[in-house]
Amino acid sequence: MRTWLLILVLAVGTVLMKTIGPVLAGGRQPPAPLTRVIALTAPALISGLIVAGTFTQGQQLVIDARAVGLAVGAAALWFRAPAAVALLLAAIVCAVLRLIT
Amino acid sequence: MRWRPGDWPEGLRASMPLALPVVAVGVSFGLLAAPLLGAIPSVLMSAVVWSGTAQFAALTILTSGGGTALAAGAGLLANTRFLPMGFAIAPSMTGGKLRRLLKGALLADASFVIGHRGGGQFDISAIAWAAPVQYVGWVLGTVVGVAGATAIGDPSRWGLDVLFPVFYLSLLLPDLFPEHFQGGSGLDPRGPQNLRPIIVAVLAAAITLALTPILPAGVPVLVAAAAALLGLRAPRQPMTQAGDDA
Repeated sequence: MRTWLLILVLAVGTVLMKTIGPVLAGGRQPPAPLTRVIALTAPALISGLIVAGTFTQGQQLVIDARAVGLAVGAAALWFRAPAAVALLLAAIVCAVLRLIT
Repeated sequence: MRWRPGDWPEGLRASMPLALPVVAVGVSFGLLAAPLLGAIPSVLMSAVVWSGTAQFAALTILTSGGGTALAAGAGLLANTRFLPMGFAIAPSMTGGKLRRLLKGALLADASFVIGHRGGGQFDISAIAWAAPVQYVGWVLGTVVGVAGATAIGDPSRWGLDVLFPVFYLSLLLPDLFPEHFQGGSGLDPRGPQNLRPIIVAVLAAAITLALTPILPAGVPVLVAAAAALLGLRAPRQPMTQAGDDA
């Protein structure tokens, strides 16, 4: 039940955010400060998600195989490897580390 | 939309190279989502939400122990970037409200880039035609991932949980270092406007780390999004020296 609700909210919300501009604006822009904040929301949130997905375990801060996997993925991305390759490398490194430790 | 035989629409052609990466990320999502949400809801989510960023964000919160409301909040915040994108393409659109709504709904990150013609101009037809490959690839990839998930069991045993942060990083890095990832010459001096996303990202990371021990899982990430409020300050003129932006 909660899962269906989550899917519904995300689906409706996403379509709303994509279509509000096209429906409302005939060349009109939201106020400049608001536009800047909205544009910065993605880097802020994504950065938070990276940290939460790598260095936290519940309420604990941890450094484990995920940190190494992320570092490998980051290096691959920095040298312009396709995202699929970076994902694969990171997962392999992470899995191997977990096998041997 | 016009179909001219023997003449592939620009957006369709331009989106072809995305097929494989989109499928790969879809597989990652399916692998991680199936144990948590179940097979059918995972596929349905990809079919109706069609946004890797929002879906991974919601899943990250659920995985780390946050509730449904937090997961929905994170997913929606992750997609607020579509607001400015929608306003950006709006002036290039023609037709009535319904037509603009339908074409706006076809917008995706890569389509935005594919349709960009510089100087605030967008090829709306290219944006619309870039959608099919990405949509079909995303849903198909999820189906494959869900099928694989039943075969391999616990995703963390195979190092798959690291797919979340690496996927995000693949979205974040081009945002933070556009000249590096667009094959720029590297000679372009970095203005304060370019520096700002980096400062915001670092600040958000610090907030998340600092709040993790004291707040329930999922909440620190939402608070970290407040780092975007730095955008309230008007940026300096691009020609001036960067330095005191923090």
